[in-house]
Amino acid sequence: MARMKFICDAERCIECNGCVTACKNEHEVPWGVNRRRVVTLNDGVPGEKSISVACMHCSDAPCMAVCPVNCFYKTDEGVVLHDKDVCIGCGYCSYACPFGAPQFPAQGTFGVRGKMDKCTFCAGGPEANGSQAEFEKYGRNRLAEGKLPACAEMCSTKALLAGDGDVVADIFRNRVLKRDKGAEVWGWGTAYGSSKPGQAPAKQGGKS
Amino acid sequence: MSKTLLSVALLASLGLSACMEKPQISGTKSDAAPFTGTGNAPTAFVNGGWKAGDKTSWEQALRARAQDGQNDYAKSN
Repeated sequence: MARMKFICDAERCIECNGCVTACKNEHEVPWGVNRRRVVTLNDGVPGEKSISVACMHCSDAPCMAVCPVNCFYKTDEGVVLHDKDVCIGCGYCSYACPFGAPQFPAQGTFGVRGKMDKCTFCAGGPEANGSQAEFEKYGRNRLAEGKLPACAEMCSTKALLAGDGDVVADIFRNRVLKRDKGAEVWGWGTAYGSSKPGQAPAKQGGKS
Repeated sequence: MSKTLLSVALLASLGLSACMEKPQISGTKSDAAPFTGTGNAPTAFVNGGWKAGDKTSWEQALRARAQDGQNDYAKSN
């Protein structure tokens, strides 16, 4: 299997926030924490574009690089996860992340800046798969249930694609060929090192 | 006298052992691979079509789910 990846198709996203709602409901994410959110560029202007943003589970994740307590790890499927028992809530990952993925709950051990919370690609965390402890700390482990992330599965227009990088890139490529436009994938280059899905990483200094 | 001292020392060592720190894990804990399934958790939410512990069947099930659920061109054409 290739790595797990997200693609958000800006040509299809209608800013319904279904992905945000699905995520919050599936994982019972507390008030004030948004693992996923929809961002609209040029809001109100004809031709505005919306994209759904969360942790992209980067190939070379900057959050992992800057964490002073080394609480991050990457699964064999390429999902970037972290151990909340190790996290000290310092916020370095928040500054390093180009997608604004790390969230800091305002309640809990560290008061105004709690232990970091972020999208897990619905893969839970370092507790027993499907256990109550895993659900309470990280949310539901849908991958271990043989399912894909709830946000993508609930997306009404299928703008948000999630799954094996080869599969989602193939679906997106087919779309672009059929409609003959909208080949740009926001964040793909930043997260996975290539300007187009399924192609080799861009050279250093290239456009995202 | 020496027996009393010895018993006191034994009791003290036993008593102090209860004050030891809990074992601390350095670094992240190991995480079970998703293809191993949800273990003893309720299986009501588990998607069928694959066998827990069989990585190949899990991968195939996820690929099929991605195509069936997300590739609308495959459904409409």
